[in-house]
Amino acid sequence: MSAPNKSYDPVQVDALKPDEIERVRDEALAAFAAAQDLDALAHAKVAHTGGTSPLALANREIGALPPQAKAEAGKRVGMARGVVNKALAARQSELEAERDARVLVEEAVDVTLPYDRVPAGARHPLTTIMERVADVFVAMGYEVAEGPEVEAEWFNFDALNFVPDHPARQMQDTFFVQGTSPDGKATTGDESGVVLRTHTSPVQARALLDREPPVYIVCPGRVYRTDELDATHTPVFHQIELLAVDEGLTMADLKGTLDHMVQALFGPDMKTRLRPNYFPFTEPSAEMDMVCYVCRGASVGDPDRPCRTCGSEGWIELGGCGMVNPRVLTACGVDPEKYSGFAFGFGIERMLMFRHNVEDMRDMVEGDVRFTRPFGMEI
Amino acid sequence: MRVPLSWLREYVDLPATETGRDVQAKLVDVGLEVETVETVGAGLTGPLVVGKVLTIEELTEFKKPIRFCTVDVGQTNGTGEPQEIVCGARNFAVGDKVVVALPGAVLPGDFRIAERKTYGKMSRGMICSGDELGMGDDGTGGIIVLPPEHEIGIDATKLLELHDEVLDIAVTPDRGYCLSMRGVARETATAYGLPLRDPALLDVPAPNDYGYPVKIDEPIGCDRFTARTVTGLDPEARSPIWLRRRLQKAGMRPISLAVDVTNYVMLELGQPLHAYDRSRIEGTIGVRRAEPGEKFTTLDGTKRVLDAEDLVITDDRGPIGLAGVMGGAHTEIADVETHPETGEVQGTTDVIIEAAHFDQLSIARTARRHKLSSEASKRFERGVDPEAASAAAQRTVDLLVLLAGGSAEAGVTEVITPSAPRTVRIPADHPDKVAGVAYGRETVVRRLQEVGCDVYGQDDLTVTVPSWRPDLTDPNDLAEEVIRLEGYENLPSTLPKPPAGRGLTDRQRLHRRVGRALAAAGYVEALNYPFIGEPVFDQLGLDADDARRNTVKLVNPLSDEEPALRTTLLPGLLGALRRNDGRGSHDLALFETGLVFRPTGEETKAVRLPVDRRPTDEEIASLNAALPRQPLRAAVVLAGAREQSGWWGKGYPATWADAIEAARSLAAEAGVELTVRADQHAPWHPGRCAALYVTVDGQETLVGHAGELHPRVVKALHLPERTCAMEIETDLLEQASTGALRAPRISTFPVATQDVALIVDGDVPAADVERALRDGAGELLESLRLFDVFTGEQLGEGKKSLAYALRFRATDRTLTVDEASAARDAAIALAGERTGAVLRGA
Repeated sequence: MSAPNKSYDPVQVDALKPDEIERVRDEALAAFAAAQDLDALAHAKVAHTGGTSPLALANREIGALPPQAKAEAGKRVGMARGVVNKALAARQSELEAERDARVLVEEAVDVTLPYDRVPAGARHPLTTIMERVADVFVAMGYEVAEGPEVEAEWFNFDALNFVPDHPARQMQDTFFVQGTSPDGKATTGDESGVVLRTHTSPVQARALLDREPPVYIVCPGRVYRTDELDATHTPVFHQIELLAVDEGLTMADLKGTLDHMVQALFGPDMKTRLRPNYFPFTEPSAEMDMVCYVCRGASVGDPDRPCRTCGSEGWIELGGCGMVNPRVLTACGVDPEKYSGFAFGFGIERMLMFRHNVEDMRDMVEGDVRFTRPFGMEI
Repeated sequence: MRVPLSWLREYVDLPATETGRDVQAKLVDVGLEVETVETVGAGLTGPLVVGKVLTIEELTEFKKPIRFCTVDVGQTNGTGEPQEIVCGARNFAVGDKVVVALPGAVLPGDFRIAERKTYGKMSRGMICSGDELGMGDDGTGGIIVLPPEHEIGIDATKLLELHDEVLDIAVTPDRGYCLSMRGVARETATAYGLPLRDPALLDVPAPNDYGYPVKIDEPIGCDRFTARTVTGLDPEARSPIWLRRRLQKAGMRPISLAVDVTNYVMLELGQPLHAYDRSRIEGTIGVRRAEPGEKFTTLDGTKRVLDAEDLVITDDRGPIGLAGVMGGAHTEIADVETHPETGEVQGTTDVIIEAAHFDQLSIARTARRHKLSSEASKRFERGVDPEAASAAAQRTVDLLVLLAGGSAEAGVTEVITPSAPRTVRIPADHPDKVAGVAYGRETVVRRLQEVGCDVYGQDDLTVTVPSWRPDLTDPNDLAEEVIRLEGYENLPSTLPKPPAGRGLTDRQRLHRRVGRALAAAGYVEALNYPFIGEPVFDQLGLDADDARRNTVKLVNPLSDEEPALRTTLLPGLLGALRRNDGRGSHDLALFETGLVFRPTGEETKAVRLPVDRRPTDEEIASLNAALPRQPLRAAVVLAGAREQSGWWGKGYPATWADAIEAARSLAAEAGVELTVRADQHAPWHPGRCAALYVTVDGQETLVGHAGELHPRVVKALHLPERTCAMEIETDLLEQASTGALRAPRISTFPVATQDVALIVDGDVPAADVERALRDGAGELLESLRLFDVFTGEQLGEGKKSLAYALRFRATDRTLTVDEASAARDAAIALAGERTGAVLRGA
């Protein structure tokens, strides 16, 4: 074992005795365990790990030991301090966790409290559904085109092959604008040659005059007819119109474009149906229907499963379409020998009604916030 | 056009099992819009038999006269004894043949006939009226009295054709020929691939010189006039049941034999006819344009003043008919009358039948001018087959001879302006190119022939279109015929490839962002009608010469109260606010975006440009010059609480500041700096109104106003107190937009913060103080925020204190306290110089 040392100090030697080290270690551990809160632990920390704590003092004595004893004592004290520090840290985090748990419980709130501080706003569903339809076509490369609502008759009718005595040009459908005679007095009758546009189709003519083919445009907008407001009619309503003029466009292209639109808006397995019809600005013309997106045709002939959306017809009427009448192309300066085109248009109010179960047209017109608010920002 | 299925079967041998629904589906496929299929006699079951009235006992002790009858119904009642029936109607006599519903019969409306005691007698059945059998109006309004030839005891449901189906077809303007059984039968035959029995294929005697004289002065308006005469009609002859039933099912009321026959032939062949009482016509029948101001009474009893464009039928005395629209009152077929003394029956015995062809446009204009749409005008407007006129006249003659015992005069008048058959030339593959389907020449030719065309040629077809299809004029018209008969449902589905798109324009994107920004700030969109009345301008307190009073006016407004178009979005939006408030929503923030209509007073008349070529740029410009300015605007209105009170604390009411902030947020969406200045502008509160400016092309431009509404306006429009509003022209915001934002440079050096409180006169705008501080502080100023406005005695009368937090930062170094203070002092100095601001506490 070790040889005797001249500077041997019995007191110090006592402090470094294994028993003594063990005792102060256990005292410290007991004090930490006994500490019931962070304050008590802080006191215990000072008492048992601070500069004047027994272990710190013992540590200081190590330097005085002979080299052989140094290592041994150092190891002993170091281990004891390690155990004590670890116990302190453990107790510290234990008590902190306890404190946190207590404080956070005290800070708990009723998360079910309502918070209608600033009531939500909303865009009108007619606006957002028009955007949604337009975006389907914008994604395909179409441009959105617009035009005036107070429109020249030539754009609204003549350019679209409505001959002068077409019934749609007559007083019961069209709002005519008063003209002004040279002496400044208002004129009566349809002498101004200006109307509130009865459809979005004049934008077709404007677009064809504005651009060189190929032209692929979609035109959402507000239109006017002299119908009184009731549950299913409104004198001011919205349409969306589509026009494609290019080389070699066919009715099959029209059909494919319609199919794509209803699939984009109503689901992947939707389809359309064309029925022959008549419109002055298209030839051939068709009425377009889409499969009822609610019953998918299952309600037809099944009185036990009536469908309110399509009236158990299996199809929902969307609007009119057809190949652009070559006369329209001619009036707009497009060579019908070289180019062909297709067009379609439909009413937005109707689409909103069947897509969202709106039962009364007036709800879309009156601006009641209770109707509009639930539709939010997008549709 | 209402088409009874039983009638249709006369021309096409449809399979017996085909229902109205089946035929509807086939016709829809070839392009006839069959709107409904009506089941006639639904819910009606017999026994329903012909009976003969044997005795009538008048029961007088009741409130109304009642008859107790015995009726011979043969063996149909099982006993052969007379049937005892109590009846309330009086339009029949002993010996009349009537329709008897026996006990066990069920009439429409689930009306069950049973033996029952009534008015003190046993009644064992019912004597029926047309209404009770669901036949519609037969013109008598009482019990059906059958012609005497019908046998007692036969089944009346068959005799009266009570069970049938009727297709109701909405005929589009291009398909005038389908306003006839003949036309619908042709489409049906084609749809089923069956032969057609064409009712117009009749033997018609050649015209000769001894028919009734007719002179056409107007061959363009009337290119064909056939006149036939039938004499010796029995004025008492009535239309047979089958004829009346067909008219009823087709939706027409039986009137008298001669009129019924002309209506019947019109329904059958599509040719409108007119029958004149020959004794009331003097001299030659003529066709000419009316004299301007000429007067004429149509047979509906209306006196009309004619226009020089109206086409009239005349005799030597003047107009006897408004050609193709309506006949005249004084040449009408006479009602049958029995002379009160002699007992002699008087009525029309000799008639002249007119079957003419008139110009579509001329008839359309006359019908419109006189607001007189008739069965005849409806057909002429859409186009009538000129080649069917003589057949229709012949058919009418035949029926009158057959049913009224008349005799046809040998004279046949036909005045015809010959016209060449119309031909259209198309490449044989034109329908293929339109459809995107390879039909092939053979199919194209066959389909065109089915339509009635004559087709010649190989690769290029010369197609002569049938006389009943005036709508077939262009190559695409023929393509449509082929494609519809081949079936629209068989078209393939292909997608064209548009050139790569550019997405939305800046204006369109701004429009969307405006809506989103306002909705995100709690505003709800309302889309209001743009119709307004002048009084609203007074309610808004606009000056007499305010530009907003200058409106676009409608010739035919829906309401005379609102004859003009909006020049501002506010009236509509405030109306929506009031409506919501009235319905119990009081905390409101609404917005609208849309066009307003601002005439300049320089609008010209819009001329009618040609359509056979592109208009020149000058012509297009002239059309646009006829239109008012139609800028896009946005507006908001607010009332009640902007922020609700609640468990979180107190809310606050909507104020002028919210309205102005809405404008600022829109300017921010456009990336434009908005300048706000106090203004006095109706309908706003003179002390709480801001004018809004942006810079467009270097020019400061007024774009709108915002603030609290004038209390008088609030009162006049019945709005909630302190309603606030903002209106701004978003088109100008878009024009002011300066393009892509330059990203800010972010300095990571520490910030130096300095607060200053400045005392200024109460009427100094905060915006001026802020501008001065910014200019004075120089480029070290990172941001500036007004955090308090304070007034109080210690400041002195009419003074206010504005407290700002200034944040300084350099991009290349940490600022020293001295540097920051120097910048602050410079800011205060400039504010003092420009606005008289004094540092508080200094």
